[in-house]
Amino acid sequence: MKNTFKINTRGLGQYGIFVAFVLICLLLSFITPKFLTVSNWTIIITQVSINALLAFGVTFVIITGGIDLSLGSVVAVTGVVAASMAHPETYPVVVPILVGILAGVSMGALNGLVITKSKVPPFIVTLGMMTIGRGLALILSKGRPISNLSDEFNFIGGGQILGIPLPIIILIIAFVICSIILKKTVLGRYIYAVGGNEQAAKASGIRVNKVKMAVYTLCGGLAALAGILLTSRITTGQPNAGVGFELDAIAAAIIGGTSTSGGTGTMTGTLIGALLIGVISNGLDLLNVTSYYQQVVMGAIIIGAVVLDSWNQSSQK
Amino acid sequence: MTLNPEYILQVFNLTKSFSGIKALEGVQLNVRRGEVHAIMGENGAGKSTFMKILMGLLQADAGQVFFEGEELRHSSVHEALKRGISMIHQEILMVPELTVAQNIFLGRENALWLKDHVNDQEAATLLAQLGMKLNPRTKMKYLSVAEMQMVEIAKAISNNAKVIIMDEPTSAISDKEVDALFKIIRDLKGQGVAILYISHKMNEIYEITDTITVLRDGKYIGTKSTKDIDNKSLIAMMVGREIESLFPPALASKGEVLLEVKNLSSKGKFEDISFEVRAGEVLGLAGLMGAGRTEIARAIFGLDAFDRGEIWLKGQKVTIKSPQEAIKVGIGYVSEDRKGLGFIPGLSVKQNISLSSLRRHSKRGLLQSKSEEEIASRTISELKIKASSMEQKVRYLSGGNQQKVVIGKVLQASPEVVILDEPTRGIDIGAKSEIYKLIRDLTARGMAVVMISSELPEILGMSDRILVLSQGKQTALFAKEEASQETIMRYAMHE
Repeated sequence: MKNTFKINTRGLGQYGIFVAFVLICLLLSFITPKFLTVSNWTIIITQVSINALLAFGVTFVIITGGIDLSLGSVVAVTGVVAASMAHPETYPVVVPILVGILAGVSMGALNGLVITKSKVPPFIVTLGMMTIGRGLALILSKGRPISNLSDEFNFIGGGQILGIPLPIIILIIAFVICSIILKKTVLGRYIYAVGGNEQAAKASGIRVNKVKMAVYTLCGGLAALAGILLTSRITTGQPNAGVGFELDAIAAAIIGGTSTSGGTGTMTGTLIGALLIGVISNGLDLLNVTSYYQQVVMGAIIIGAVVLDSWNQSSQK
Repeated sequence: MTLNPEYILQVFNLTKSFSGIKALEGVQLNVRRGEVHAIMGENGAGKSTFMKILMGLLQADAGQVFFEGEELRHSSVHEALKRGISMIHQEILMVPELTVAQNIFLGRENALWLKDHVNDQEAATLLAQLGMKLNPRTKMKYLSVAEMQMVEIAKAISNNAKVIIMDEPTSAISDKEVDALFKIIRDLKGQGVAILYISHKMNEIYEITDTITVLRDGKYIGTKSTKDIDNKSLIAMMVGREIESLFPPALASKGEVLLEVKNLSSKGKFEDISFEVRAGEVLGLAGLMGAGRTEIARAIFGLDAFDRGEIWLKGQKVTIKSPQEAIKVGIGYVSEDRKGLGFIPGLSVKQNISLSSLRRHSKRGLLQSKSEEEIASRTISELKIKASSMEQKVRYLSGGNQQKVVIGKVLQASPEVVILDEPTRGIDIGAKSEIYKLIRDLTARGMAVVMISSELPEILGMSDRILVLSQGKQTALFAKEEASQETIMRYAMHE
């Protein structure tokens, strides 16, 4: 009987963030009439899409008890690599996309390889990769932005299908696939198991290193996708793009209820986390609050979300 | 080395070192189909290392393992499980955020997609076999330790294994559940499954096992048929010498009443508990799991609030609202959860001993290492803690010595009443006898000891008086001479 009661309250953390999200949206739509319009929301979601893709990837990683700080650099490397192959009348548009994704996947796989083989903490390994990646992006681009990209390539970030911006469509597809991986596949179960109790996972015959390899690779791949989206949207491959993106992505995951100690988290939570960040910065924009203050607000929200979550956790005990 | 088809598992000359120290040296083992084979030895004898090598959790340096006549060179748990070896781990290895069924089938999901609904049903059937009424969809983290251990057992037997390693499977479960486990073990035996059984509980060894292999200091000592070896010679094999008497004699004279508990009640936990303990006396608290013994100790020590009742110390009524207050009035508590609440594994022996009394070893916030070291070395010699030095990390000590460190820390506050909760759980017999001597020393120094224990021989051997609890109520209070295992059990199961 005790158990059924507890089960009923278990998702409160996630509902909590959802309720907060709805309340903030309501509040903003009362304060400024521009907020609750189709065009504004199209802007919000398009802007959120890049952060959300990164956040989905890092959610996998954080659930296993790891972290990935190299995401911003992966975005830059991918962007530069893809842009250098996306000039008009060179390769078909799939080539820069695939090569870009390959670059991100390799960086993620390399993260995973070093983490599993060396037992160096993910924080350190991916911190190193962050710097390496930034260096690579500068080397590959010779430090200069790569512009003059083909219209097909620029369509990815700027185009629409049936009136819906392509980034939103990509976001939705990625969300569905990531949710399915996490909830419906064996890999997803292993991701939770490794983060929940690595020893137990090992004793159950799970090849823990393979699972870790998979999540860092997946995370690199999603970051590459985000890099291509960004490059296409700003129609330039920027070696300095994506600085600090990893922190926004981690923030979205954490606000969405993913525990940094591993073992818990959902894609829905992360999506709401990313949307919340987007809505708040959009709302503050509409209210003409300068970006300096926006940063202060955002930081407070991150801490607040984790405090709420830990209260919620302890009230369950 | 000869392979014999009678044996399902044969081990030759297994050797394993950890950073130069031999944990196993030339160990051998022959296990027949359908037998329950005990692996005995003190802690540190190498039993767990041995089992972990069989399970693929560790790699041997040298030696051979043959399973069903084929050499096992598996390097992973995955391989061991696939071949038909599974293990009930001593430290319950479960993923707290997953459900019971998800934990049971973890690592054995065949396809790409999860089939939780099928597994839920199978898990329910399995648990029913074990006499458990558990919702397979409950998350692991909401289970009691006993329930978790039962799930661990269910997980191991559900693998259709041919050899099941059981490393202290009964350390956290009650007699009823032990009975269910033993029934399962007998069924498995009938199906030809071999069980490797590790336990420190002698009565279990004699009840369930057919053969006993003894290890000592990582070496193979011998294999005997269980019915051919008595308790005394078995212990002699394990410790390499005879332990004349495990329990040192009690003090003849007792002093004044130090602790008196009157009508202590806490709703849903215990009701109307009254007892007194004198200086120099050991009061044993006996009862089954869930009888409320630990809850009473926690209430007295100020860890949990209680509804009614009084606590008196040396004739004075005291109010205790926190452990700090309990320590101040002279109560010390050594928790049953040694790893969780007792010591900090990454700190040294010295640092652990002085941890709760650091203020006495500091001036204006700066640590005075001299006084800290003095206290540490005195405690180490008084309690006979075996450590390479006071700087050794407690993580690397044996269970018995870790327990001594915890007791040493508690003694720093100079308590007059010490509550010991399962003081010898998971500790081997040689170290047990040292803990018993230590308890007698405490009483000789004029302290009163309240000892909670699930091991009846320990309760009978150490206590001057025995308070029996059942479902939160006290059902009997015996003088040592009046009590026997049977009478205690009868009152412990009193409805």
